[in-house]
Amino acid sequence: MQPFTVHTGLVAAMDRANVDTDQIIPKQFLKRIERTGFGQFLFFDWRFHDDGADNPEFELNQPQFQGASVLVAGRNFGSGSSREHAVWALEDYGFRSVLAPSFADIFYNNCFKNGVLPVRLPEETIKQIFAKVAAKPGYQITVDLEKQQVTDADGLCESFQIEPARRERLLKGMDDIGATLTHEDAITAYEKQRGFQPVN
Amino acid sequence: MNMCWPAKRCFSPNPRRLNFELTEKIGPGVTAKDVILYLISQISTDGGTGYVLEYTGEVIRNFGMEERMTICNMSIEAGARAGMIAPDQHTFDYLQGRPFAPQGAEFDRMVAEWKKLPSDPGAQYDRSLVYDGADISPQVTWGTNPGQVIPVVDPVPNPNDIEDEVDRKSAQSALDYMGLTAGTPMTDVTIDRVFIGSCTNARIEDLRAAAAVVKGHRVSGSVNAMVVPGSGQVKRQAEQEGLDKIFSEAGFEWREAGCSMCLAMNPDKLAPGERCASTSNRNFEGRQGKGGRTHLCSPAMAAAAAVEGHFVDVRQWQFKS
Repeated sequence: MQPFTVHTGLVAAMDRANVDTDQIIPKQFLKRIERTGFGQFLFFDWRFHDDGADNPEFELNQPQFQGASVLVAGRNFGSGSSREHAVWALEDYGFRSVLAPSFADIFYNNCFKNGVLPVRLPEETIKQIFAKVAAKPGYQITVDLEKQQVTDADGLCESFQIEPARRERLLKGMDDIGATLTHEDAITAYEKQRGFQPVN
Repeated sequence: MNMCWPAKRCFSPNPRRLNFELTEKIGPGVTAKDVILYLISQISTDGGTGYVLEYTGEVIRNFGMEERMTICNMSIEAGARAGMIAPDQHTFDYLQGRPFAPQGAEFDRMVAEWKKLPSDPGAQYDRSLVYDGADISPQVTWGTNPGQVIPVVDPVPNPNDIEDEVDRKSAQSALDYMGLTAGTPMTDVTIDRVFIGSCTNARIEDLRAAAAVVKGHRVSGSVNAMVVPGSGQVKRQAEQEGLDKIFSEAGFEWREAGCSMCLAMNPDKLAPGERCASTSNRNFEGRQGKGGRTHLCSPAMAAAAAVEGHFVDVRQWQFKS
């Protein structure tokens, strides 16, 4: 898994609440057996017309957002189906971090398993970022996981909180399997205490 | 999943605990689906974020296992990680003699274990919400997420009445997608398709409830309706009970078990603009086919809508026996 320490990138704005995973990656693409290559299908039904042409109305198709690696969106981002493909698609498209007032729980968890940093910021801050994106083409943000801060070139400096164990894993690029296995002794002791058969 | 296989265990932060207590009794014609849609409408699709939900109270105690499964299934639609209901005699009776359940003395031993599982009296929750079951009426979604729900007797809501700016914008874009006008009585909304199926509502009791409504009636000429049993076992049982005949004679398609039009990964899908009464759990844009318009409701409500061609209050239904 790709570690996340500090990232500076172009910001794309999606001023919509409750963006659900059925939109992020529609079901017709869940039949693939790889976990790569989903970026081309990201937001498929919003992004493309029926004839395959780009929908120019859709946020990510706007010229100023080409090459964006930070996505800013409305509250409850990633709601609905638990499909991990949603994060795979965002990551494969090029997003390293998503900023929103709140995230759906399963989506939020899935981000940490795939090297994508979801950052919860106050709704007011997100509104300010939307305004800056609209006013300044090429607007960039720096997301710093070490310092747990989001900054920009003209004074934005907002702290955010990430659970320490998760922050640690993401900084090191360590996935949950490696992290869990470091607790092998404690898990085995607990299983014995509860009378479970230890798993070998 | 990919971490359970190699590590054989799974890393999870401790969830917060939310208790939904449902007091008193629900009225006739009101089902588990109406209860869970109502609860989601109360806390919205992110109200359960970070929580595991527990459902308690008289309404829940009176529900059988299949109704409890409908409720727990849709905890996810409330934003929660999981939902649970304490085991009781309904649970033990349901499990006894089932394939894969413990048998004989082992079953008795497990029942003694399971009886230790319910939350202690006076257990602390991070959040507790109490609702009176008698206040819940048949529900239907009007929007594009499972929290956009109203009683079927209400009109389509007006976004301008919503105070929160983000919710107001969300509601307006949902109405645009759904092709609905604020103020239209929900019972005037006509439908093209009916889908009775999915893991939420296609167990045997769901099919019995829908068949009871359909019996002696015909599907409206303007509606294409189908029943997709939740499993092969449910399908066989329904056929033994003759439910398939009731549906077929009324003009429903009787289909093989599967996910079908819950998420439209097979050819069962809505055409753009088609409107569907569906017993599944998700009404997101394009969920049942690009441009399709999904209204979630109970099996009885979906069956009644199939017959009338529009939503109706199933509490007023003329049952024919």
